[in-house]
Amino acid sequence: MGGAVIIGAGLGGLRTAESLRGSGYDGPITIVGDEPHLPYSRPPLSKEALAGGVDVAALEFRRRPALDDVTWLLGLSAVSSDLAARTVTLSDGAVLAFDGLVVASGIRPRRLPIPGPALGRHLLRTADDAQQVRAGLAAGAHVVIMGAGFIGCETAATARTLGAEVTIVALDDEPMIRPLGADLGAGMRHRHEAHGVHFHLGRTIDSFNGDGRVESVSLSDGTELPATLVIEAVGSVANTEWLDGNGLDLSDGLLVDSGMRVSTDLAPVVAVGDVARHPNALFGGPPRRIEHWNMPTETGRRAGQTLAALLGGQPPSDEPFTAMPSFWSDQYDHKLQSFGMPGNASRIAVAQGDVDGPCVVEYHDDSGLVGVVGIDRTPDLVPYRKALLARGSDSG
Amino acid sequence: MTVRITVDRSTCQGYGQCVYEAGDLFHLDDDSISVAAADVAEDRRADAERAADVCPMQAITVE
Repeated sequence: MGGAVIIGAGLGGLRTAESLRGSGYDGPITIVGDEPHLPYSRPPLSKEALAGGVDVAALEFRRRPALDDVTWLLGLSAVSSDLAARTVTLSDGAVLAFDGLVVASGIRPRRLPIPGPALGRHLLRTADDAQQVRAGLAAGAHVVIMGAGFIGCETAATARTLGAEVTIVALDDEPMIRPLGADLGAGMRHRHEAHGVHFHLGRTIDSFNGDGRVESVSLSDGTELPATLVIEAVGSVANTEWLDGNGLDLSDGLLVDSGMRVSTDLAPVVAVGDVARHPNALFGGPPRRIEHWNMPTETGRRAGQTLAALLGGQPPSDEPFTAMPSFWSDQYDHKLQSFGMPGNASRIAVAQGDVDGPCVVEYHDDSGLVGVVGIDRTPDLVPYRKALLARGSDSG
Repeated sequence: MTVRITVDRSTCQGYGQCVYEAGDLFHLDDDSISVAAADVAEDRRADAERAADVCPMQAITVE
């Protein structure tokens, strides 16, 4: 088949394909996705779509006319690759030849080895996951959520709104503590507690108990909680196993340069989205994977430009990558918005309001402002976003 | 040539991503629902499409 082969049919794969076309590449594009669906928006899966019923067609991203001739291979995953031979082997045994490869294979939820029945335990990553969780969410359900990150907390809010009893169990001291810090994390916990969510923090789950399906969970402090539905939301693992054996740096996702290009002489390869560990000149420091809403779009745009240049025999741009990481969350009727890298901060200051109400929180390190988080203060964040973007021009 | 931007008010959840992306083309009304500038010049199409791209609810149409 040749041309550009994109492994991953999520937002990053889609945006890379658009950017390839927008950058003048007119050869064949093949997109391989392990789900049966065309690219769709995942954030609503823990919120509106979980609350109201999962309609994947309504969540699909628009596909521009420039992508009408893309070949979609859905329901298939990449199982191995040979960059020297420029081939990828798919789960049905087919071998795809490529001229240029886009790694957009994303992440999967981390699973912890906890003994007990499997039935009643769920993940929340895909539309199909959300459909299964939705089926178990009802008034009277006892939902135990393992993990107090964004997916865990958003799911808790949705489940509570639907009338379920909800308990969050997490090793962290506060929900969402790594990006938000302890004080704002506590503020978010207070909001959840006001809605009736219970927390067991600093605890882990030792076992799932039940005859054939989960009926309760045992915590590390001996507490036993009833559970009709367990959601495991304890972080993610990058899907890179299919790239093993090619001499790539896969230590946490796939390492790329500022053009999203993978360092290898074997073939033109770029990586995008959650799986790409990339530098960011706005914030410096080591390359990082950033699982934020806008990163598949930003990295995909750049990667498409890079790969189009490589396939056209041109040197890709060596401009720094200066995308503004941005994420948002919706819990009950509270809107949380972040810009920058608040998780990098050494000093956190509440700039407006207080953490239990509408507020703006600043995150600083030795270089100055590195992040901002606002709760229910959307317009007030605009100047902060500008200030963070100005870091790019300051650093030259 | 003008570009018509529309927001599906029943789909919009007021996340404001469009406001951050193109603050002169979108604002949130008193109900926290996005309102788009009705018709804008053709040279703003790329900005409008970027804003449509970042909408998590895919509520923005650019014609």
